[in-house]
Amino acid sequence: MYNFEFAKPSSIAEAVEALGHDEAQALGGGQTLLPTMKQRLAAPATLVSLNGISEMIGVCVNDAGEVCIGGATPHATVAREAQAQYPALAALANRIGDPAVRSRGTIGGSLANNDPSACYPAAALGSGATIKTNTRDIAADDYFQGMFETALEEGEIITEVRFPVPEKANYQKFVQPASRFALVGVFVAKFADGVRVAVTGASSNGVFRWAEAEAALSADFSKAAVEGLSAPAGDMISDLHGSGDYRAHLVKVMTGRAVAAAG
Amino acid sequence: MTQVTMTVNGKPVSGDVEGRTLLAEFLREGLRLTGTHVGCDTSQCGACVVHVNGTAIKSCTALAADLDGAEVVTIEGMANPDGSLSTIQQAFQDHHGLQCGFCTPGMVMSAAALLKENPKPSEHEIREYLEGNICRCTGYHNIVKAIMAASGQDVSAIAAE
Repeated sequence: MYNFEFAKPSSIAEAVEALGHDEAQALGGGQTLLPTMKQRLAAPATLVSLNGISEMIGVCVNDAGEVCIGGATPHATVAREAQAQYPALAALANRIGDPAVRSRGTIGGSLANNDPSACYPAAALGSGATIKTNTRDIAADDYFQGMFETALEEGEIITEVRFPVPEKANYQKFVQPASRFALVGVFVAKFADGVRVAVTGASSNGVFRWAEAEAALSADFSKAAVEGLSAPAGDMISDLHGSGDYRAHLVKVMTGRAVAAAG
Repeated sequence: MTQVTMTVNGKPVSGDVEGRTLLAEFLREGLRLTGTHVGCDTSQCGACVVHVNGTAIKSCTALAADLDGAEVVTIEGMANPDGSLSTIQQAFQDHHGLQCGFCTPGMVMSAAALLKENPKPSEHEIREYLEGNICRCTGYHNIVKAIMAASGQDVSAIAAE
């Protein structure tokens, strides 16, 4: 990879300042960014590590009962510390990549990158999470804007992600074993006022909500309610791992499994 | 260049690194600790796994400068103080848990991290934990057996397969 200046601020304010430089790029756990830089697909002039900002690391519960995760919190920490409050989220975190990747990769990095096959976008959109940055709060419904596209402005940092805790939830991931990303992943969350279904890995527009399944499951939260639906239409990813039709079919299958597993 | 200071295998070390210097490069080229192997350099294979502050990470996908102040343990730090093999290393030898040996440093480091978290893992748990460690000799069976044995469990049940 090309060389760069390295900065490791210890506060959000210092990080924002460092990111104000030309061609500066934030570094989370680096599990995607460093491989990308090795391939010379990214070549920032300055890399600003967010791993030294202690206020951005950790899991807690706020007064509204939301699980709040610091933007620089590694997946392994979420898997461990969110288990009691939000087991479906902890289980999702515990199946990202492999154990060594989970020690390093962070929730903020994953959401900022918004890989169309990443797991965390499904949890954030499926839970109706709030993405808190150094400047504002962004609802998950407004945050994800297509493959690798988000509402983040240049230099904006995800400082925290707040997850409302559903009555029931489950994430089903059909793993693409070589990459360990989701070939298709479906996050189902049942709240008192309705069900949310978020799908990752399938659409070339990135994570999306499957409205038909949400309506059907809000009326009847059962696997049978999903079986009556036709597979979602839309711009499905088609590649050597699976055709668009295959992915669309998998969305329906994984949604049914998630509902069954959520109980 | 940035100066970094770490504790590696219990010893304080320091050195000048570029921003882009990977932990694996710092260990291998800076400190000449070549037991940590770089297989794929794309964070897929796990040959480069080391422990940083007690957790297993892929040293090919972490910057040395980002780990200033860290406590690092590599395969060179795994033997007992008297130089004899640690329980896990001995189990790999006893159960033929290596063939060409290239993946072995990462396998041993991952195994040590697993047994710290989960002292009596099932065969399934071991296989799941080793998802990020690839053995191109495909010698997984004896690696799993070695880790089972290192955790003090009976391996006769998986011996015949």
